[in-house]
Amino acid sequence: MGRMLRLVFAIAGKDIRLELRTRTSLLSAAVFAALMLVVFNFARDPTAVATLDLAPSVLWVTVSFASVVAMNRAFTVERENAAFDGLLLAPVSRELLYVGKYLANLAFVLVVEAITLPLFVLFFNLDLGGAFPPLVLTLLLATAGFVAVGTLFSAMVAKTRFAELMLPILLLPFMVPPLIYAVKVTVPLLARRPLSEVIPGLNFLAVYDVVFLTLAILLFPAVVDE
Amino acid sequence: MPSADPPLVEARGLARRYGAVRALAGVDLTLRRGEVLLVLGPNGAGKSTLLRSLAGLLRPTAGTVAIDGRLLTREDPDARRPIGLLSHQSLLYDELTLMENLVLAGTLYDLPDPPALARAALAAQGLAQRADDRPRSLSRGMQQRAAIARALLHDPALLLLDEPFTGLDAVAGDRLRELLREHCTEGRGMVIVTHHAGEAWELATRVGVLLQGRWAFESPRPSDMAEFHRTYQELARG
Repeated sequence: MGRMLRLVFAIAGKDIRLELRTRTSLLSAAVFAALMLVVFNFARDPTAVATLDLAPSVLWVTVSFASVVAMNRAFTVERENAAFDGLLLAPVSRELLYVGKYLANLAFVLVVEAITLPLFVLFFNLDLGGAFPPLVLTLLLATAGFVAVGTLFSAMVAKTRFAELMLPILLLPFMVPPLIYAVKVTVPLLARRPLSEVIPGLNFLAVYDVVFLTLAILLFPAVVDE
Repeated sequence: MPSADPPLVEARGLARRYGAVRALAGVDLTLRRGEVLLVLGPNGAGKSTLLRSLAGLLRPTAGTVAIDGRLLTREDPDARRPIGLLSHQSLLYDELTLMENLVLAGTLYDLPDPPALARAALAAQGLAQRADDRPRSLSRGMQQRAAIARALLHDPALLLLDEPFTGLDAVAGDRLRELLREHCTEGRGMVIVTHHAGEAWELATRVGVLLQGRWAFESPRPSDMAEFHRTYQELARG
């Protein structure tokens, strides 16, 4: 178990270190998220649509597209100098390799969300109050699921000529179910309705995470073995 | 259960298709410790496919590969442990320093004290002073030496080399040949894929020519390279 954790953290740590050196994904995703929020903020008419009706959709559209931007680089960095061959050659199971890449991607997207959420609150002039912890939990659960799928598809498209175009095309349909439930949970949270209303949505997100993370771990070896 | 003294490499009936294209068509290969196999062939003959299959990087359509008596399968990642790979690509991350690259490799191979081993490996390649530099800041020859340090870090019994002399000048090429000669002791073996027999002729104990995914020639290294070259040209012309 200790060896497995060491390997997983070595792989995730390598990706995080690479990203900290270049800041390509994080910076582009964070700027993209901020721009989207600015555009939505100035494009909306508060007298026509209530803020609470619009805000959940804006949050999740921003988070989903910024996540795709952040995940795009996960396997393209591995193409330099055929570095991925070095990982595949090592006596490390493909499943552990996936978990390491997944954790790094999850960290990237959560950082982007940590930047997005305060901007969202600021632009929409929201008082989250007691809704903050369940909203963070919703972000965690939704993100864990679509990053699982995104990491798998990112590996799948990395060797194609149009990897950056292919990832959103493949990933977005799989993001729809968790996004729908994430919005359904966020609406009552922002409206300060009882927490009991959001439990079914959170349950769905948790089940989605378990199912798709398991599927992705099982399918990853077939994806990376040529 | 591994047999008492298994060959270092034992490939049986290796076949690989890319759609309609047949890259390997039933290749058998046995390599014992102390042997160096030089694999030649024109472009598209299946040389790199063979090497990648032996490394476990490519799943053959049919056939098996065993390294030191253990079948290369997805379920047994440890079977890849005796393999080292050196190609014209360095397998190094450009945004990590040489030291970080080698420590990562040492961690993945579960080596004791990866930083100490990484320092020693870089020093052995004359790169101790460049340990904190990134690969892209090095010359092609230095990058190849860094790649060698990475490939040999875990002291692999089997070294697979894919066009290792590509892009090296004469001095760097000689240095690489010398290093490979030192590396290939009784307990180890090498498979060298190249277009130019002269690059590794002196290292080889056996020579094979792949044509259309099959062995067209496979024997102990002939004594006369010029004579072999004529045979090779005739084979390649069909």
